[in-house]
Amino acid sequence: MVRLSDTGTSETDAAPKALPGDGLREGIVDLLRNALGEGLVDTHLVPNDDLWVRVDRSVWRHTGEVLAADGFDYFCFLSAIDWLPSPWGRGEDDPDDPPPERSTEIVQGVAGGETRFQLLARLNDVRRHVGVTLKCDLPDDDLVVDSWVPLFAGANWHERETHEMFGIGFAGHPDLRNMYLPGDFEGYPLRKDFPLLARMVKPWPGIVDVEPMPALEEEEETDTAEGDTKGDESS
Amino acid sequence: MTVLSDRQQLSYIAAQAADARLNVELETEGMTLNIGPQHPATHGTLRIIAHLDGEQVVWAEPSCGYMHRGYEKLTEVRTFPQVTTLINRIDWLGSFANEVPFILAAEKLMEIEAPPRAQYIRTILFELSRIANVSLFLGDLGVQMGAITPVFLAFRDREYVLNLIEGATGGRFHPNFDRIGGLKDDLPKGWIDETRQVMRKLRGFCDEIEDLLFGNEIFQSRMRGIGVIPADVAKSFGLSGANARASGIDWDLRRDQVLPMAWDKVDFKVWTHPDGDCFARCWIRLQETREATKIVDQLLDDLPPGPVMAKVPRIIKVPAGEAWVATENPLGEMGYYVVSKGDLGPFRVKIRSASFNNISVVPWVLKGVYVPDIITILASLYFILGDIDR
Repeated sequence: MVRLSDTGTSETDAAPKALPGDGLREGIVDLLRNALGEGLVDTHLVPNDDLWVRVDRSVWRHTGEVLAADGFDYFCFLSAIDWLPSPWGRGEDDPDDPPPERSTEIVQGVAGGETRFQLLARLNDVRRHVGVTLKCDLPDDDLVVDSWVPLFAGANWHERETHEMFGIGFAGHPDLRNMYLPGDFEGYPLRKDFPLLARMVKPWPGIVDVEPMPALEEEEETDTAEGDTKGDESS
Repeated sequence: MTVLSDRQQLSYIAAQAADARLNVELETEGMTLNIGPQHPATHGTLRIIAHLDGEQVVWAEPSCGYMHRGYEKLTEVRTFPQVTTLINRIDWLGSFANEVPFILAAEKLMEIEAPPRAQYIRTILFELSRIANVSLFLGDLGVQMGAITPVFLAFRDREYVLNLIEGATGGRFHPNFDRIGGLKDDLPKGWIDETRQVMRKLRGFCDEIEDLLFGNEIFQSRMRGIGVIPADVAKSFGLSGANARASGIDWDLRRDQVLPMAWDKVDFKVWTHPDGDCFARCWIRLQETREATKIVDQLLDDLPPGPVMAKVPRIIKVPAGEAWVATENPLGEMGYYVVSKGDLGPFRVKIRSASFNNISVVPWVLKGVYVPDIITILASLYFILGDIDR
């Protein structure tokens, strides 16, 4: 029997391509430095691994244009980071104890940073098999940056999500509606100062762990303390 | 003026409206069609709002968020080993594959590497979850177009794979088997022989589906030339996995990056298709299932001996840093951007799931298609709701 898969309708190059080296990543940094000038704030290159580039807010869209023209036309993701340490830690404090002292110092990660909020995006070059992670500082009093929707159609949903979760505005975005939450939802859930209500109501690991085991005749009573991690199995 | 009853009034209005429509030479009015959130033809709770002109879609928009669970926020209050329990549930049909990139990111930050045997077993389980995931797609595909038989075949043969996953990990759906530094356990006795038999069965299943479904004339006429996505559109939307390869983009993260996994030790073909239509996407997935069975066979042949767990401290603290690791999951590129501050848990985890990008192309691709093709296109794009909403 002749099957479709026997007819050679597929074309693929058999020879494995060499994986990119750091020379290529350095070339990308040079390209961006020439194109952006002062707009390129900082770079971080981990040998044989990855490249981070931090650019100024004013050249955010231009960075996307330069990289897209250089072959980075595969849009991977766009999001943000809130560098404020969480005022509640991991929500494991004993509610009866006085609240512990926590650091409020903002320390940014690789490629540095000056502001609490940083934009985070990644673009890939599928021909040269290399990717670059981009960062961009956003001042607290003006959380707006140029939208990437004219460059990458896929940025539309990612910017909507970032707007909803971090409250970052995107100038030039066609439609910044909420994706997940109701339209009149107040607050930005992924900001660190937005409390995780499940942990506020019942601190982890929860009061169930210190209760004595139930007696045999009460075995029918089930416990529902892990409400936030179950119930997702249906398809 | 006589007083009309409600029923009379309604029929009068309807007659007037019909006349008005005839008067503009059968020009029909627009209509909004709401598909879902609970509809037999949607996978789970995705809602599609489509504006129609006659039989054609003018504008369509998926409405997400019916299954948003806030995993990115929840990871911030958990320790690194606890996070795998959560991320198992992102793409629940290939759940082991979700754990791997996160664990690899944590290992990258800790600068440890799993022992070779653990890398091989990880890759085997990864490919088994791909088979479990995609074989369900192949069966489900028939149901979307009214063919009932393939889904029974798919559930029959997928059961063997789920039994294997259960045998090795203890969990059919949510293995939670991957650990930082290796795996929870080694493979049980007799598992390797059984897996070889199951892989043979699965190749038979692929042939069966190809003969029954892909060779079917009706199936081809419903699939060929429908929902074409060109390569440049696919790239700008960030489509990944089989959806990208069906548009001719030769991009597979198993081959195109260096990872401490065993894919570079085996010989497999990355299939691409030049057409970019529904048929190409489904055909690529069928071929990928075949390749996955071959990968598993090759890995079982040269499974190295040794421990399955590296030396890791009892209390895992991940050094401060940032890491991005993505793997080629059954649905496409699944990546985690992990930020650690040297604490017990991650500071921030950005979950890049494949279906979120894959489904964002829906407003573009549904423009101008006919109503029955909506379901075909959605089926061929293949998404898991948990993978969209996270």
